[in-house]
Amino acid sequence: MHEEISVVVNHRSIMVPSGTTAAVAIAIAGQACRMSVTGEPRSPLCGMGICYECRAVINGKPHCKSCQTFCQAGMDILTQE
Amino acid sequence: MSPAVHDVLIVGAGIVGAACAYQCAREGMRVAVLDKGMIGGGATAAGMGHIVVMDDSEPQFALTRYSRQLWQEMRPELPNDVEYEQCGTIWVAADEEEMMEVKRKESFYQKRGVATEVIDSSTLENYEPHLRKGLAGGLVVPEDDVLYAPCAAKFFLEQAKASGAQIDLGSAVLKLGNGHVTTASTEFSAAIVVNAAGTWAAELTPGLNIKKRKGHLLITDRYPGFIKHQLVELGYLKSAHSTTADSVAFNLQPRRTGQILIGSSRQYGAEHKEVDNEILASMLQRAQEYMPELSGLSTIRAWTGFRAATPDKLPLIGPWPEDERLFLATGHEGLGITTSLGTARLLVDQIVGRTSAIPVEPYLPARTFSEHAHA
Repeated sequence: MHEEISVVVNHRSIMVPSGTTAAVAIAIAGQACRMSVTGEPRSPLCGMGICYECRAVINGKPHCKSCQTFCQAGMDILTQE
Repeated sequence: MSPAVHDVLIVGAGIVGAACAYQCAREGMRVAVLDKGMIGGGATAAGMGHIVVMDDSEPQFALTRYSRQLWQEMRPELPNDVEYEQCGTIWVAADEEEMMEVKRKESFYQKRGVATEVIDSSTLENYEPHLRKGLAGGLVVPEDDVLYAPCAAKFFLEQAKASGAQIDLGSAVLKLGNGHVTTASTEFSAAIVVNAAGTWAAELTPGLNIKKRKGHLLITDRYPGFIKHQLVELGYLKSAHSTTADSVAFNLQPRRTGQILIGSSRQYGAEHKEVDNEILASMLQRAQEYMPELSGLSTIRAWTGFRAATPDKLPLIGPWPEDERLFLATGHEGLGITTSLGTARLLVDQIVGRTSAIPVEPYLPARTFSEHAHA
């Protein structure tokens, strides 16, 4: 059994298994990672840090690759406009 | 194939050629625009798109101010994709010596009716909080603008086309002169030929003294509001003034998308298009000296381009003394986007024999001949 940790996605706390990436936490929260310039929702395409579609604001830093970032307890994740 | 009859053949579909086509078509001339590549594929696409009043010399000031005014008048007509923003320029002074230059610049602009605001260290910090602390101040030129030049060029050509202009892209001009332009597929003829081929102009008109001055730019991901003005170090003037040595300067531009363009560099004798890592590194180092937090931003792309530089840093606008049917509109160095509209007006005024809003003499290609005579 994985230990569960708490992260905040768009100001709402959720529990995720440790070892979950921020991209997956965003998906569990039912959100898209970011909006494109033309207003379309975007989420991971490659899942391995190449496509940049999974960018999100993590702990205040914009354009982080959420698929390459493991959740830490208390991590603040914001989907990106 | 027998081509249509034209009054003016414009070689070059960059911002300058496009503006000339637009202006000629408005005068009722039958225009063709010929370019080996795409619209705005040279310096137009490579540059930042800063509409800026400059004061290196009186003629440079006159042409940049006149042109900025023409851009502002045209603003309501420009389509959204031109991304025209009146963000203003801040000339950043690092120390008290550069503040003296700020004051000189302010009085120069003020005497000539250009709005400016001198700001001190704390106001600068307030306007642009990401600049490093302890800079001396700066000069704000609030009416300077930024835009996306390839879309402006496209707009000018669409307007020209709507007035009957022919736009012929993708076939290289092999030869021009005496009212003729030869491409691989077609021979065009007209009363007047305009060489607006930017850095390639000298290949088509031998004897033209235009050198390629290489520049690097880099663009970041979107960070809306990170900077609000075009930010240029006053040392930029030292950099832009040198006509031989390689140089870099702190020069940032906010885009409507929230992206930031980071410049700038100037190199002579570098003919290859590839990014020079050493120049790019020193350019970024310079940028970080002014704005340390830039190092935390993601960048998307770096690229290079070539400015068409003349020895006296003024463009060539008007008849070419060796061919009475040939006019030039080239040699704009780093100011082609700003001065494209003024250039087009001055060119058309000369074609139709009308007095221009500003004196045309400083930009006449004939001056390069009198320089030879004095040499």
